[in-house]
Amino acid sequence: MYGYAGRILHVDLTTGKTRVEPLNEEYAKKYIGGIGLGMRLWVDYSKAGVDPFSPENPLVLTTGPTSGTIWPTGGNGHAFVAKSPQTYGVAEAKSHGSFGTELKRAGYDGVIFHGRAEKPVYVWIDDDSVQILDASHLWGRSPAETEDVIKEELGDYYIRVAAIGPAGEKLVRIACIMNEKSRAAGRCGLGAVMGSKNLKAVAVRGTKDVAVAKPDEFLEFVKEFHERMKGPATKKYRTLGTPENVLVHNALHCMPTRNYNNAHFEAAEKVSGEYLNERFVAKIIGCSSCAMRCEHVCVVNEGPYKGAMARVEYEPLWAMGPYCGVDRLDAIIKGSELCNYYGIDSISAGVIVGFAMDCFENGILTVKDMDGIEARFGNHEAMVKLIEKIGKREGIGNILAEGVRLAAEKIGKGAEKLAQHIKGLEVTGYDLRCLKTAALGFAVSFRGADHNRHGAYAFDVKGKFNRLTYEKGRAKYVKDIEDVYTVIDSLIICKFSRGTYYKEFEDLAKVYTLVTGWETTPEEMRLKGERINNLARVINVREGLSRKDDTLPWKVMNVPIPDEGPSKGAYVRKEELELMLDDYYEVRGWTRDGIPTPEKLKALGMDDLIPIVEARIRKA
Amino acid sequence: MVKIHERRFVSVDPEKCVGCQICEYICAWTKEKAFNPLKSRIRVVRLNPLVNVSITCRLCEDPPCVAACPRDALTQSEENGTILVDEDKCNGCGWCIEACDYGAIMLHPDKKVVFVCDLCKDKPDGPQCVKWCPEEALDLVTADVLAQKARITATKKLFQEVLKAAPSA
Repeated sequence: MYGYAGRILHVDLTTGKTRVEPLNEEYAKKYIGGIGLGMRLWVDYSKAGVDPFSPENPLVLTTGPTSGTIWPTGGNGHAFVAKSPQTYGVAEAKSHGSFGTELKRAGYDGVIFHGRAEKPVYVWIDDDSVQILDASHLWGRSPAETEDVIKEELGDYYIRVAAIGPAGEKLVRIACIMNEKSRAAGRCGLGAVMGSKNLKAVAVRGTKDVAVAKPDEFLEFVKEFHERMKGPATKKYRTLGTPENVLVHNALHCMPTRNYNNAHFEAAEKVSGEYLNERFVAKIIGCSSCAMRCEHVCVVNEGPYKGAMARVEYEPLWAMGPYCGVDRLDAIIKGSELCNYYGIDSISAGVIVGFAMDCFENGILTVKDMDGIEARFGNHEAMVKLIEKIGKREGIGNILAEGVRLAAEKIGKGAEKLAQHIKGLEVTGYDLRCLKTAALGFAVSFRGADHNRHGAYAFDVKGKFNRLTYEKGRAKYVKDIEDVYTVIDSLIICKFSRGTYYKEFEDLAKVYTLVTGWETTPEEMRLKGERINNLARVINVREGLSRKDDTLPWKVMNVPIPDEGPSKGAYVRKEELELMLDDYYEVRGWTRDGIPTPEKLKALGMDDLIPIVEARIRKA
Repeated sequence: MVKIHERRFVSVDPEKCVGCQICEYICAWTKEKAFNPLKSRIRVVRLNPLVNVSITCRLCEDPPCVAACPRDALTQSEENGTILVDEDKCNGCGWCIEACDYGAIMLHPDKKVVFVCDLCKDKPDGPQCVKWCPEEALDLVTADVLAQKARITATKKLFQEVLKAAPSA
């Protein structure tokens, strides 16, 4: 096998036993790797209705066929898959850096962590040797500290580590899994799943070669992509970075502000990408094998947050900034640093704080409830303190650590209306009231509210469609881009490089063919993407999700945008959402309840999963 | 023996290096036909996100690695100053590794002998890491040119206001 290592490692944390089995070649061909292969393996090793924190919820870690090669951005990815403690559907999250390359060189396409260790442990994968080691001395430490201690005690400074922080240990539902200090498999709460297994970290060293099928042509193609990456398709990421979005979104009035009370932030200039780069960006660094570099490392040099350092991207900046009404970048960098320290998803963290502030402003939560914090919108100190409390599950943080959906249920008093989430996952920085193609993408996303499952906002922001209305026929575009995105996340390449695939599936198929040696047409590549989206949907169907869960946050459907300007009055009406869903399910070939039909699964070569949908269709 | 002033080696500009490891990948591919940074003669160090450099042999005058070898397995090339390894004599004892201040000479992961940058002597277009570095952070330079470049960089920083006002000056 080329590209693939050809092996899957099973680690049973309950018994302490490990075993290696060959990678199922049919799975590799059908589901590629990354999230596709990860979700397929997860289905095989889990039962319907499993509790996310049960030992029976396996945590799957995968690499992709390009991991460990020099493919630009593709060399370095890894993905985690399990059942989400936020959405109770399928959770997947990718991260980049160098961890994925190391795991591939150690000789694994995937690792499945089963069961639960009796005491805190970490798993040390040194090529063929796999050991489960005591982690009691690491418990309570941040991912970065954990990485340093492990390198020191194993005596190898080139070991790569993926670890959870104190939040994952305490089952904070937005906990992430971090590698190399600033990179995170962030969304869906996979860090809490890892914590529920008493698994603190995975340390890897790999020394084996990674072979590709057609190295000479492959390198030619790499060279071509290096050139493309110097061009306009990646300029944004290499210059201002994703924080460039702040002023773009603000001008369109599509930047959710103060927990969706506004769609425009009057102080946007002060939290803009321009301001960030001028004042705070100390260095832009890159991941292994990437020819772009995007990681804007920011440092605070003065003031109350002096010394704070973190990578900053648009989403966390938006969440801890405009979404909380906070107009100080130094506080946002501090907030990001704390998220990295405790190991929590910095998007969800900011959205939860915005939610708490809204509850406070509306009298649903009092100063006493807030442990004495005056949690008004715009109070940067309150934002920073609340993030810390969530990370520690301390005081009000213990409730907020449940995520907005469950926290609102506990708080009551109408807090549900202020909880902006889809399927339990907190929203991201696109006001769905006035970005209607994006609204559909978000509503049907299999991992809950997320821009990274479809990127459909681009159609709205760039003006391909009238962003304020929705008409039948648009779902096809959402479906098509979803299918590209699942391929991207399965190969695994970086979404920041997506613009360099000028011919989309043709380019993706060529990479796959050159790496694996399996001749693959663009149409076959597209089918893989479609198959993986259907697989994810089947998992969610098995876990009880359906049309009723493909919905939008309360405010998106009930509170028109109040701000004078280009988006005033916009919101998504109930009938509009129904139209979107009908349109989408039809294009997908699913039932009106959003369940993939047996015929669809047969056409996609997933006959063995048909019983799952048949049972549900009969019920419906 | 090539004079120290004429000896060219691969040098990194830490301001430009982003730690992407493409030099490692292309080196290992060029020399060993393997995608495996462990087989690279140039290695990246990231101390923290802000500090990134890639390091390879600097072709020292009176190289300590050569002096340290108890088996006379290492010599310095008369032609360009690179360190030549006699793989029949080398037994991987590691004295040269200890002697090198830069960690530029390493034990090969498969062959159990040491390996070190040879400036891609078989490549007409020179060191491939320099050619492939997407940030143009690597350069093949003499110590003299390195000093010149450092002076120019320092001067540019000192007089950035003047240069901004009159870019063509």
